[in-house]
Amino acid sequence: MKYIDEYRDAAVAKGIAQAVRARVTRPWVLMEICGGQTHTIMRYGLDEMLPPEIELVHGPGCPVCVAPLEIIDKALDIAARPGVIFVSYGDMLRVPGSHSDLFRVKAAGGDVRVAYSPMDAVKLARENPSRQVVFFGIGFETTAPANAMSVWQAKREGLKNFSLLAAHVLVPPAMRALLASPANRVQGLIAPGHVCTVMGTREYEDLSRDFHLPIVIGGFEPVDLLEAVRMLVAQLEEGRAEVENQYVRSVSREGNLGAKRILVQVYEVSDRKWRGIGPIPMSGYKLRPEFAEYDAELIYGTGEITAHEPEECISALVLQGLKKPLDCAAFGTLCTPERPLGAPMVSSEGVCAAYYAYRRHNEATKEAVR
Amino acid sequence: MCLAVPGRVLESRDVGPNRIAKVEFGGVTRQVYLDFVPEAGVGDYVIVHVGFAISKVDEAEAKRTYELLAEMGALFEEEEGQP
Repeated sequence: MKYIDEYRDAAVAKGIAQAVRARVTRPWVLMEICGGQTHTIMRYGLDEMLPPEIELVHGPGCPVCVAPLEIIDKALDIAARPGVIFVSYGDMLRVPGSHSDLFRVKAAGGDVRVAYSPMDAVKLARENPSRQVVFFGIGFETTAPANAMSVWQAKREGLKNFSLLAAHVLVPPAMRALLASPANRVQGLIAPGHVCTVMGTREYEDLSRDFHLPIVIGGFEPVDLLEAVRMLVAQLEEGRAEVENQYVRSVSREGNLGAKRILVQVYEVSDRKWRGIGPIPMSGYKLRPEFAEYDAELIYGTGEITAHEPEECISALVLQGLKKPLDCAAFGTLCTPERPLGAPMVSSEGVCAAYYAYRRHNEATKEAVR
Repeated sequence: MCLAVPGRVLESRDVGPNRIAKVEFGGVTRQVYLDFVPEAGVGDYVIVHVGFAISKVDEAEAKRTYELLAEMGALFEEEEGQP
């Protein structure tokens, strides 16, 4: 496929890794934020192609993984109600809440359905006027405009049986929280290419300046990520701290103006709790008051549900880049994609799922299995 | 979640306020909303996420940067070939 195959070319990838080896003089810790990028790194063993001076740590960029327990519990509460069709992206179905998950609610008779696009949920509402259709709107800035469009469309059509359970999170406030932490080791950042496709790069210019941090907006194929690493290493070795764009075929400085417009029309920035990090001020979106009749939290009165994270899962540290999945005693034994303890083992973008799929052969895992 | 894939616009039409296209991804065709990339036309590549195009691929930039990367690959292969 065009714009995919050429960015998986082995000779080009090896050439870039070679260029990194030639340039690096000392150890550097780099973080990729996005779970999709983490999966590419693990799937193609990019970390093993790079010289040992480069350590890649994995960030919190998996919206399923950072969704706090209480939003899952709220989803379960709504999905179990009679008359409701609860629609979700497939990734959320096996994510454990405090006592259950969406699959089990479905097995017990709840009408839980998987959608590819939020517009599929609007269509369901149109086709089922006697049922209430609730869409579980999770996601980062990449997904938020599409979810916003579903609400906007429902309002335009005057649909009275559609609502959104919004759990949107924003990348820059979370990165600010991680970078400001005394435990932070990150010296260079690969910023998420599709978030920046929507939002542009200006917020990352502020981050780079405030933390004197080199940032490269990266794509998602192996060649993209190796090139982003090469660009970061060049900045670090030269003492520069700038925002550079590797993913120029999709990202502009201004971002997608149409998508940003619908975000402003439908949402307002709000405080959000992140699994593994805790509450972060102004780090998510909620529906604006003029869309209150589409706000599932208000309609179903779930605002009071709170939950505590389980202690046996170290995903809090993993999501902050402080530990890796192989550091977890439960990895691959007590915790597997079939029986997950935490969301990072469930999501197709979760870092634990990536290590499980591509790194079970690792020595540390064998240790854990014994 | 932020998985987004490039595909080629085969045709598009206006449906109410929305612009809906048929987009081809390596042989598979899907319906995609073009509301956020109204400038995309037939034959253009768009990057698609949860049923919405979020950007039109900048083909000129893609070609320019890829040629630079391919040069790095060629250099590597030359070095590999040396004794």
